[in-house]
This record gives sequence, structure tokens and C-alpha cells, in this order.
Amino acid sequence: MNDSTNTIETFANQEYKWGFVTDIEADAIPRGLNEGVIRLISAKKQEPEWLLEWRLKAFRHWQTMKEPTWANVHYPPIDYQDIIYYSSPKSKKGGPKSLGEIDPELLKTYAKLGIPLKEQEILAGVAVDAVFDSVSVGTTFKEKLKAMGIIFGSFSEAVQEHPDLVRQYLGSVVPSSDNFFAALNSAVFSDGSFCYVPKGVRCPMELSTYFRINAKDTGQFERTLIVADEGAYVSYLEGCTAPMRDTNQLHAAVVELVALDNAQIKYSTVQNWYPGDKDGKGGIYNFVTKRGACRGVNSKISWTQVETGSAITWKYPSCLLMGDNSVGEFYSVALTNNWQQADTGTKMIHIGKNTTSTIVSKGISAGHGQNTYRGGVKILKSAAGARNYSQCDSLLLGDKCGAHTFPYLEVKNTSSQVEHEASTSKIGEDQIFYCRQRGISSEDAVSMIVHGFCKQVFRELPMEFAVEAQKLLGVSLEGSVG
Amino acid sequence: MALLEIKDLHATVGDREILKGISLTVNSGEVHAIMGPNGSGKSTLAQVLAGRELYVVTGGKVIYDGKDLLAMLPEDRAREGVFLAFQYPVEIPGVSNMYFLKAALNAIRKHRGLEELDAMDFLALVKDRMNLLEMDQALLNRAVNAGFSGGEKKRNEIFQMAVLEPRLAILDETDSGLDIDALRTVAAGVNALRSPQRAMIVVTHYQRLLNYIVPDYVHVLAEGRIVKSGGKELALELEESGYAGLGIEDEEEAVGKV
Repeated sequence: MNDSTNTIETFANQEYKWGFVTDIEADAIPRGLNEGVIRLISAKKQEPEWLLEWRLKAFRHWQTMKEPTWANVHYPPIDYQDIIYYSSPKSKKGGPKSLGEIDPELLKTYAKLGIPLKEQEILAGVAVDAVFDSVSVGTTFKEKLKAMGIIFGSFSEAVQEHPDLVRQYLGSVVPSSDNFFAALNSAVFSDGSFCYVPKGVRCPMELSTYFRINAKDTGQFERTLIVADEGAYVSYLEGCTAPMRDTNQLHAAVVELVALDNAQIKYSTVQNWYPGDKDGKGGIYNFVTKRGACRGVNSKISWTQVETGSAITWKYPSCLLMGDNSVGEFYSVALTNNWQQADTGTKMIHIGKNTTSTIVSKGISAGHGQNTYRGGVKILKSAAGARNYSQCDSLLLGDKCGAHTFPYLEVKNTSSQVEHEASTSKIGEDQIFYCRQRGISSEDAVSMIVHGFCKQVFRELPMEFAVEAQKLLGVSLEGSVG
Repeated sequence: MALLEIKDLHATVGDREILKGISLTVNSGEVHAIMGPNGSGKSTLAQVLAGRELYVVTGGKVIYDGKDLLAMLPEDRAREGVFLAFQYPVEIPGVSNMYFLKAALNAIRKHRGLEELDAMDFLALVKDRMNLLEMDQALLNRAVNAGFSGGEKKRNEIFQMAVLEPRLAILDETDSGLDIDALRTVAAGVNALRSPQRAMIVVTHYQRLLNYIVPDYVHVLAEGRIVKSGGKELALELEESGYAGLGIEDEEEAVGKV
């Protein structure tokens, strides 16, 4: 095996650095799923009756559903009775009232992850909500945001403090019966983040949620709901990690975004759940439903994702472009190495007039990784003058991996324009030699080429996140000159 | 002490021996032309000196600046001042020419214990060298060689050489695919880089290039061996009588005659 191939493999085989376990006592319920469990979760969270009913309805519907098999991913059947559906770090009654009351072990965990929860230490301009297993353990900068009328915090709190808002929007974008995993989430979701930005307010800082799975055999089912009222703007970041374990863990989240007239939501994800070891043992099953509704005129929802973790990723952050002139965007980098599988992409549903959407998908496959882009662009009859541009590129490192592309286009009128471009390339030995002949080491050459490939997507990430994403791909920043 | 000393170098690709005992001494300040028909081993010699792993050295040694060149990684050879202008420059989509060159220059500077150049100083250097090659500045911001014409690629190679300032430059068929105007520009760039501190090995099939880059020495390569060495007049001799005049079969000429 020559040196360049070696480098590509080393690059693809970097170790997972976030795989530690926090030794903290957890309040977990017995494994298994039935109506009793759902009632128990709801009771633990002291939820109103309507929410319990909503959960039960979702559960009953879920029981009639079959796990989807259309995705290009393969895994043994999941035993849904062998999962713990609720686990929270044990703490004083009612959870921490302020950041000062958070268990030091938890603070240490987040510090180790580079997510400080003490406000004085935090990166200026980012407010963080930290979710540990099933519950939110702390939110920073809450008061400052509150003064502007922005509600940002855990989902459970929002249920208690803003039940009308939650009730109005919950399930309005992703109905509880939407799909198998969304239904499961609706039945058992434990926490997540809630954000409401009122009319005309531009949220002055990045809002961020950091998800951490710690407990063993636990599923994480969080639910995020973001509402941008007329003329509001918010940029939201999401990050995730989990310990290294040799069994698979399920993560089935739902994210709903609602943008009203002239509102704008930017949602960025760096997903780094534990991908399993180099033989494909363990890792997170990341089965997530993310959807945004551009309900208002001139509204805009922009999804940016960097997916490097998880044993299996199944997610399609989508946009319902209902308001006239509304805009949907999807920028994605998905990396699969070792035995990781990703089936990811987006759906852009054009309903309003002159709606536009942009899709840029970059898939990187290494090792035995399998990377699938699946995208749907649907232009309804009502969406006169709609436009879509899709670009999906695949980069292969080595010769045991795979890249697959499934674009679906459906156009129901004659005044719309749809463009689709795709490419597949491979890092060649000749490219690496060329770089080395100029003095650049093979590691730097690979990361330079990978970064060059992803640049178009990284550009869309907020600064702090772009840095994290680059570190994740083990590459150095391009663009400091020129 | 010679800058480069090649002693009885043998190299194979697969199970085919391509270099069958090459010996050559190059001093700083000298320009050596290596001529020969297709398949004579010219490009292989260039690639072996640069460290291409495709070729396996089976015998002989190469001393560069007192060091064992063959024991060094390709990137270390580059950092020590060995530059290869590729016959077929490689395209690297997504990586801008400018960024690529800055990474290369700083890797070399770091190796030599020099401070890395910041964006401003780098830009000043680059602008200066661009004038030398009459390069279009737009090429700098485009991805490395991606979508460049043949002439632009070759010009880009010499431009990189001008920025990286090697001590030993190996030009592999830099004239191929160039029209006469481009050839003049590239040759002028190369000539501007001739210096007593720098040696050049110019690999070419045709004498044409040597009208513009006048060598100190000419070596004729055939079937993996140097069969004749001389001054610049040897190139003219070849021009007159062709490789056949030296009793060497040239595939291309043979085909041309049919």
C-alpha cells in the first residue's frame, strides 16, 4: 500500500474524542414502551392533560405503523421494548433553578466538550441550552433574551410557562402521525429546546442547543420548536455527541420551524454522535425529522448541516414554501467512514408563487462508508414562477466506499424552473503527489482537498461553528487569502 | 561540491526496467537539457528525482546537496529545494491556486526555519512574480489548474517555481502543448529565474525549447541510458539529423515517416 493511500486511511480513521462517559447518578425509568411509560414521562414533567392526550394519540398511531425500509441503510431490527425512554441526571427536586445549581459533574462534562455553561466564560454572542440524556440541564443568557421578548429555553419549561404558544405550534409542521420515527418521538419526547422570537425582533446572538447522550441503552427523543414571528430573525445552532459504547443507541428527534411573514430562520447543525468503532460496532442511529414551514410571504428558512457522526443517519431537513416569494435553502456536508451509513437530503415543497429553493449537498465517503443523497423537489400547480437549483457532489476516499444519489423532481406547472447538477470525484494519488511535490504533506493535502470540496457549505455556517466543523473534518481553514 | 550527483541510477515500473544506469552531475548555476525520444526514460528520471512512488529505484544513488535524495519523502525533497514542473499539471478542484501556493510556500519556509508569510506579504510576492510570467490575476483565484488551458497550466507551473524559488528545478516537457507565443513567455520566465545559486534540468523531446532556454549541457537519453553528452551544439546536431542520426529509434518520427 503506498503512502497516499495510507494518508487517506489515517485521515478517515481519526478517533472519536468525545466518547467518554460521565459518572452521574441517573433517574431512569424501566426499559420498555407502553401507555404507562408515556403517562409516567408526562407525569414526571407535570404536563397538562392536552399534552398527555397528544402523546397517547401519537403512540396509538405509532403502533399501527411500520418502520420505513425505503432508505439505503441496513441495520438489524430495533427492539423498541429494550430501550429506556427516560433518563435524567439525578438532582435536587425540580431540576436546577439557575446555572449555579447545576451538578459540577455536568459542568465538567460540558467543559470537556468545549461547551462552557457559565455565562462569564461563554463565547460572546452564543446562548446555549444544554440537553443531557432526556432533560435540559441549563440555559445561558436567558434573562438577557427575555428582555427583548425572546423566549429561549427547554421545551419542558415552555410547556409550563407558555402553554398556549406550544399548543398552537406543536405538531403543526411535523404532525404526530407524519412518519414512524416522528410518531415515536411525539409519544415519548422528553425535552428539547423551544424558541419564540416576537414580531420585528432580530435575535442578537446565536442560539444554541447542545445534545449529549450519556446513559446506556437510553434513547434520546428531543423535540425542538422554533417560531419566528413576522419580521423576526434567528440563527440557531445544534451540536451533538455521545459516549463510545458497543451497543447501538437510538436518537429520534423532531425539529419544527415556523417562519411567518418576512421572518427568517437559519438552522445549523454539527452532528457528531458516536459513529461506532472501526469494525462498525456500536454507534448512534440518528433517525431525525426536521422540517420548516415558510408560512409567511418573503419568509426564509435555511438549513445547514455537517453530519460526521452516527452509525446511521436518516434525515431530510425540509422546507414547506407556502408564503409567496418564500425561500428555502439546504446546505449539507455528510461524511461517512468505516462502516457508517448516511441517507440524507432534503425536500423542498413549493406551494406559494415565486418561491425559490437552493440545495447544495456534499457527500464524502471513506472506508466502507455508504453515503446517499435523497432529495425531493416538488413544485405544485399553485407555485407559479418557482425556481429550484440543486447541486449534489460526492467525493470518494479510497475504493471500498460508496456514493449514491436519488433526486426526485416533480413539477406541476409550466412557469417554473428546476436545475440539477451532480458530480462524483475521487481524491487521486496524482493530486496528492502534486501537493507533496510542492512541499505540502499528504495529510495536509487530503484535508485541503476535502475542505475545498466542502467550502461552499462551510461558508454558510456561523463563524464559531465553521471552526468546529473544520476541526471535525481535520482540516485547516482556506480562504484567508484571495 | 556538486548540487546533484546521480550515480548509476536504475528504476523500474511494474516489472519493466526504465532507467538502466544513469549518471549525471549538475552544479549550481548550470542548465542541463535532457533530450530523447518518447519512451527513452526522460520523464521517469524527472519523476524519480521528485519521489513518485509509482517508480521503484532498484539501484544506484542520488546525492543532493550532500544528502541522500532517495531516502527523503517527496515533500521533504520539495522543502529542500527540488521543484518539478509537471508535464501534465494536476487539477485540484475546490482549492484556490492562491491558497495552494501559500500553503506550499509556508511549508517550505517553515522547514527552513523561516517565519511564515502573512497574507499581505504573500500577496506582494505573488504580484511581483506574476508580472514575470504575464499571468492573468484571475487565474490566482481559480482552483488549481481546474479548467486551465494547456498553456495556462504550463505557465502556472513556472509561476509556482518563481514563487517557491527552488535550488534545483526540473522542467518536464514544459514546451509540450505550447504555441510559440506561450513558449516565448514561459522561456522568458525560466530565463529570468536562472541564477548562479540555481540549477535546472530541462527535459524535452524537441530542440525548439532550447532556442529560448539555452542549456550549458545537453544529454541524449535512449532506452534508459545517456548515450551522448555535449554542449548546446549537440541539440542543434540533433535538430539537423534527428535521433536517427545518433542511431536511435524514435517512435514518433518512425510513425511520422509512414
